[in-house]
Amino acid sequence: MVEIICAGFGGQGVLTTGLIIAHSAMMLGKEVTWYPSYGSEMRGGTANCTVKISDGKIASPCTKKPDIVCALNAPAVDKFESSIKPSGYLFVNDSLVDPQRSYRSDIHVVRVPMSEIAIRLGNPKGANLVMLGAVAQHTGIFTLDELEEQVAHYFAKKGKVNPKNADCLRAGAML
Amino acid sequence: MAKELMKGNEALAEAAIRAGCRFYSGYPITPQTEILEYLSWRMDEVGGTFVQTESELAGVNMLLGAAAAGARALTSSAGPGFSLKQEGISYLVAADLPAVIIDVMRIGTGLGDIAQGQGDYWQLTRGGGHGDYHTIVLAPASVQENCDMMQVAFQLAEKYRHPVLVASDAAIGQMMEGVELPPMTEHDIDSYDWAVRGCLPGDSPRKIQNTYYTRPDYVEYLREKYASMEANEQRWESYMTEDADVVLVAYGISSRISREAVDMARAQGLKLGLIRPITLWPFPVKAFDACPKAKAFMTVEINILGQMVDDVKLAVSSRCPVGFHGSFFSLPEPEEIIEQAKSLMEKEGI
Repeated sequence: MVEIICAGFGGQGVLTTGLIIAHSAMMLGKEVTWYPSYGSEMRGGTANCTVKISDGKIASPCTKKPDIVCALNAPAVDKFESSIKPSGYLFVNDSLVDPQRSYRSDIHVVRVPMSEIAIRLGNPKGANLVMLGAVAQHTGIFTLDELEEQVAHYFAKKGKVNPKNADCLRAGAML
Repeated sequence: MAKELMKGNEALAEAAIRAGCRFYSGYPITPQTEILEYLSWRMDEVGGTFVQTESELAGVNMLLGAAAAGARALTSSAGPGFSLKQEGISYLVAADLPAVIIDVMRIGTGLGDIAQGQGDYWQLTRGGGHGDYHTIVLAPASVQENCDMMQVAFQLAEKYRHPVLVASDAAIGQMMEGVELPPMTEHDIDSYDWAVRGCLPGDSPRKIQNTYYTRPDYVEYLREKYASMEANEQRWESYMTEDADVVLVAYGISSRISREAVDMARAQGLKLGLIRPITLWPFPVKAFDACPKAKAFMTVEINILGQMVDDVKLAVSSRCPVGFHGSFFSLPEPEEIIEQAKSLMEKEGI
């Protein structure tokens, strides 16, 4: 069982990030659940979702001790860093978090200036894709190729084909 | 067949369409609004009728009209909105009309809150409106079951000419899981000899009204109807009950977590089992025959008062103690369920 929380500002693609992770894992034959924080969320407010990936049945769609946290902003780090299992992963969008910040020493912290990279690649809303590339590179829950295929599929279904999405994924995977 | 990743509410809505539902009337409320949102465009694609009504009352009463005309008709709500539908459900029962009503349960009394809950059990199983009646209540525990139960719900509604309720909750409604959608089926609106389809000269007129006014055998008819449901429609899943010292009883999302608690407890040498009611009414009393070693039962519910405890006591004829583990706002945790089971065993000297 792998338990993942994606968190950030509403509008950063937090729920989409979780959705792409869940869908990619499902296509690899895994059982998955995706559960959003829902209700009076709005653009600029906080949002998060929990994804669980397992070879067997999944009981609760929630978790209090994630293996992986994808934090797209500083409040997300504040809220979820302490809950990560020892030896787990914290992915941090360094563009929006104080560079002087200190982190737990018993977890893997992967710091990537995701927003800056996305802007530099001409895809300013693609910070979450840079994050996904980093997740593929470091955790091995899926390969970069598998992820690229799922991202292309997800946005094609929405009628938003953008070759720069793959650029963001690959940039995230190189760091 | 390839799996789709779908939200519980959307999968339920698509499954309703594929079960031949061609009429929906209802009003938005979290956490079930995706059902309306989905059907607002999907119903149009299949030539059905979608109405976002001005209130829940209008929603349930339009449902009654569509059911009277022979359509497979659906409405849905949650918490406060589901309360408003009770009068209409009582009228559907009185008029012998099949229809499906979804309650995506949320937490709390009054306005409560939008988190998952299981506090509508009494309202769902006791006949939440006026008069004396029951309705069959199905309780899905996954997005796949949200799909699979729609066809069953309509079939049972038509078999008994009676409304069927589906007790979902916010967790199942809001989460996404992989799902295999059922095949598309069609429902013939002209298939009933009782539906009101217009009356041309020479036709014998039909009338939908309270059967109390029309059936000389009203009392016997209803008693037999409910007795037949109780005899034939109990549905449940049992998990490791044969040798269990304490049997958990949980439905919906709580049943999944209780099953995990059973596995965790067994790894610690504690013999727990699980009965998962799939029908909340009729309550699956037959399931309790297959717990020969049980010394106590314990319900696991997302509410404060343990609404299912009385049904379990009746099912075991009070020969065993019946405990309760309740969580409020949050989902139950397997570790907490096990601790509660241990303290129940200690208290009862098991």
